[in-house]
Amino acid sequence: MALKDITLGQYFPGNSFIHRLDPRTKLLAVILYIVALFLAKSFVTYGMMLAVLVISIAVSKVPPKSILRGMKPILFIVVFTAVLNLFYTPGEHVLAQFWIFTITLEGVLQAFFMVFRIMMLIAGTFLLTYTTSPILLTDGLESLLNPLKALKVPVHELAMIMSIALRFIPTLIEETDKIMSAQRARGADFESGNLMQRAKALIPLLVPLFISAFRRADELATAMECRCYHGGQGRTRLRQLKYQGADYAVLIGFLVLTVGVGVLGHFGF
Amino acid sequence: MNQSIIQTQQLQFSYPANEGENAPKTVLNGVDLSIERGSFTAVLGHNGSGKSTLAKHMNAILLPSGGKVYVDGMDTVREETLLQIRKTVGMVFQNPDNQIVANVVEEDVAFAPENLGVPPEEIRRRVDDALKAVNMYQYREHAPHLLSGGQKQRIAIAGVIAMQPECIVLDEPTAMLDPIGRADVLRTIKTLNRERGVTVVLITHHMDEAAQADRLVVMTQGKIIADGPPKQVFQDVEGLKAVGLTVPHTVELLWQLRQEGLDVPLDALSDEECAQALFHLMHP
Repeated sequence: MALKDITLGQYFPGNSFIHRLDPRTKLLAVILYIVALFLAKSFVTYGMMLAVLVISIAVSKVPPKSILRGMKPILFIVVFTAVLNLFYTPGEHVLAQFWIFTITLEGVLQAFFMVFRIMMLIAGTFLLTYTTSPILLTDGLESLLNPLKALKVPVHELAMIMSIALRFIPTLIEETDKIMSAQRARGADFESGNLMQRAKALIPLLVPLFISAFRRADELATAMECRCYHGGQGRTRLRQLKYQGADYAVLIGFLVLTVGVGVLGHFGF
Repeated sequence: MNQSIIQTQQLQFSYPANEGENAPKTVLNGVDLSIERGSFTAVLGHNGSGKSTLAKHMNAILLPSGGKVYVDGMDTVREETLLQIRKTVGMVFQNPDNQIVANVVEEDVAFAPENLGVPPEEIRRRVDDALKAVNMYQYREHAPHLLSGGQKQRIAIAGVIAMQPECIVLDEPTAMLDPIGRADVLRTIKTLNRERGVTVVLITHHMDEAAQADRLVVMTQGKIIADGPPKQVFQDVEGLKAVGLTVPHTVELLWQLRQEGLDVPLDALSDEECAQALFHLMHP
């Protein structure tokens, strides 16, 4: 397994319509989109959601391949959900029955919808992280969550933690790859054996990784101090967040979509 | 106004004793050093000589156990002037990966001015200027982890320049770089010093890097043992060898010749000067 294939939390710089949207707009739109996904119940509404997703991906100019590639790690969850739904959905139209398993038409549909829902959910959130630089994303989050500061929630600190985590994902993945190669060169075996043996084989990988991560954290903290970091107080930003006309249009569009899907679902579509 | 930007007086520093040890570990043992404005100083020493610890005292990352450190006249132990001190003396570290905060080059360079509360238009101007100064402007929208080590280190330098510090302290900035990256970073440092008048303190254990500075300070066991222009400091070949340091290849060659009884000068740092010296030897 090449760890570099994991694209979680990576940003594709670009200048598409979606790239230029305010991060808060994109965050809110994704939340609305997820709500709509859970309200969708039929082929009609799922079709609508798929159309929205496909159009968004096309507009963003993010290669669809990299979105599909990013889904690899969740393949197991998808298959697991599909199987569970396939066998455990009660229904009237029995298609096949053997031993204790019963497959119903409802089960097949349910499994299909669930798989579709998970994949679209992941694709939607990926599109968000692919088209929004993590700093803008955390800026957006910070700004959206700002009212919580009144409740003594450390919003700036949380946003900073998140942006640093995102920054170090590729670095740590690279490092994991390197340690894995180093351990393999000394005869470590990560790929065979039962689950227990494989978990044990990860220990010589995780220990150096953790040690190095702590050292990095220490050095980064010093470097941040050297650059006058002293919390969120009195900080300004290179990019100021500002809603444009397009942002309002997109937000209204997604609001209409979510309400529409909800209403359609209510009437049995 | 005070001529020296950084001044240490009888600076002492020791780490508290670990479990099982009796005495605290002394790292700096009475360092008197003053760095002049606009100068290019190299601090040379092998591992454990205390040179990195000294560097960390220059912008109050570490505070002295004894003695004083003044940055632009400000005592580093005073909390009120901490930000002012850090703004005056910027610091670049060895591992470029561990000092880049953001996922996009220009946003990383903007980090320091953002912390200082600089207005957005001014941040934009400073970021562009800093990236141009290190010749990385064309990479401003790239992701740092896709750049080479030398490029990352130049981004780190730009991140410090954006604070508009009077002085930059670089703690072995080339230790993790390949030869091309090293040359790029060194060229950048020299340009900053010559063209922008930024005071540079370069901590290094590379002789050839140290040789390019105007002033060379040699440290061993927490003390300064030599201080002067590189040409002069490197003439004391025996003294340097005694503390486990080598000299540049050119000086080494001339020194060997001298040991054989030939009359050559020792102050040739560049290949050219060395060749000249040999030429004069053969054609007196």
